[in-house]
Amino acid sequence: MDANEAYAETTVLDLAATPLREVNATLQAVSGQANHRDFVIEHPRGAHAIAVGLDGPITVTVRGSTGYYCGGMNKLATIRVEGSAGPGVAENMMSGQVIVDGDASQYAGATGHGGFLVIKGNASSRCGISMKGIDIVVHGNVGHMSAFMAQKGNLVVLGDAGEALGDSLYEARLFVRGSVKSLGADCIEKEMRPEHLAILADLLERAGADARPEEFRRYGSARTLYHFDIDNAGQY
Amino acid sequence: MCGIVGLFLKQDAMRPKLGEMLCDMLVTMTDRGPDSAGIAIYGDAADGVKITVQSDAGTIAFEGLDRTLSEALGAAVTVRTVDTHAVIVVPPELEEVAVIALEQRGLRIMASGVAMEIYKEVGLPRDVAARFGLRGMGGSHGIGHTRMATESAVTTLGAHPFSTARDQCLVHNGSLSNHNQMRRKLARRGVKTRTENDTEVGAAYISSRMADGATLGEALEGTLRDLDGFFTFVTGTRNGFGVVRDPIACKPAVMAETDALVAFASEYRAFADLPDIGHARVWEPEPATVYFWER
Repeated sequence: MDANEAYAETTVLDLAATPLREVNATLQAVSGQANHRDFVIEHPRGAHAIAVGLDGPITVTVRGSTGYYCGGMNKLATIRVEGSAGPGVAENMMSGQVIVDGDASQYAGATGHGGFLVIKGNASSRCGISMKGIDIVVHGNVGHMSAFMAQKGNLVVLGDAGEALGDSLYEARLFVRGSVKSLGADCIEKEMRPEHLAILADLLERAGADARPEEFRRYGSARTLYHFDIDNAGQY
Repeated sequence: MCGIVGLFLKQDAMRPKLGEMLCDMLVTMTDRGPDSAGIAIYGDAADGVKITVQSDAGTIAFEGLDRTLSEALGAAVTVRTVDTHAVIVVPPELEEVAVIALEQRGLRIMASGVAMEIYKEVGLPRDVAARFGLRGMGGSHGIGHTRMATESAVTTLGAHPFSTARDQCLVHNGSLSNHNQMRRKLARRGVKTRTENDTEVGAAYISSRMADGATLGEALEGTLRDLDGFFTFVTGTRNGFGVVRDPIACKPAVMAETDALVAFASEYRAFADLPDIGHARVWEPEPATVYFWER
């Protein structure tokens, strides 16, 4: 075997045979200097906390569906779920990528500081809640209260958005191609300017999405909740 | 937390496997609630009404019960003892009298139904399933629950599923905030509940709506209007199986459907061993949306 072949080797971790903590410890121990940086996880069977807390530029392919918090706190790693993901996928991601081939349950990408989350199916409620810099592209629909209190980053939805999109939004940008059932408090439609089209074009391309930026509408904060309004004093 | 599982078979060929599949699903959900576990199983129809009762004393409490109850009712009854539970078959028109007689003997009523039996106890799903031999039970559909108690004590009567009418049962993940008010409302209309538990009120609400002529679907729609709080409900009737989540929908739920079955669980993990799950349609039920199947 020559050096190039050694680099191409993929390490298979079988959750039917190896305890989850051991699998995660193996993945967490891989640094950017390692020879073997490609991993496959077999038989996930909906287990919780698969591939969490990774901290190196490795690839992890999960062959099946995952439970709570897959890819949580990810840094640098690229994690692909060849199935659907349970609640809190890629929660608090810092950098790297998480790609879900199926659907994602509630609060996908919650509180993420950075990185890229792609959901090929639908995401349910509270997608991108309190996002702080992560970019999220959902090929399908998102459920109610998505991007609630979102502070920074971009949420792109190729399908429809549920009730109360962007409630109490800060400075995150929301792009929706389909319908929006309702906008949350202080979230408004905003003008799509050339710089937004450029951001969107880049995100769509990186997410492998078959959509044109011009098909989307942009939503953002009206910024009326930023400061206390003395006219509301009587309401407390 | 709490863990819910449910199975509704579309093909009779799988009936003998129902208990086994349901128990495996429920045991997988154990870490969502270790307090108590229970299962409602819709098996073969009885020649009469099956009343499932429980006693902490176990089998000794049921000794001679067939003879004394037959005498008291003036009709032949049969008693099948299953650990702390017994299934008593009585003529349908004597159900009410039989329930009173059984309660006077200090037995707890779990359920009544032509097809449905309910087995529930304090303890882990694995232990509860083993003591009742639940894996060996067949049937058309069934619902299981493993509880992390919030609204009432950890007792047999506080365990799920709850049944408040013949062949109807309900399991619940969440907590209701208007259950005391609703219990009083229902009581004024003559609807009886046995515990301080919030879920029992949900069951009684659905049963009373159906007694008023509502379909299963309509009764479940009503929960969205009349019950306040968090809920993912799974309900069974003699020929039906329904699911509804409150509009906020923070209590988890996932469903799967194949040509052979419909399955519900709090988490996908519970589906991992179901037949043909690789080709099933798997989805998360939408908030405030009623799903039901009837045969």
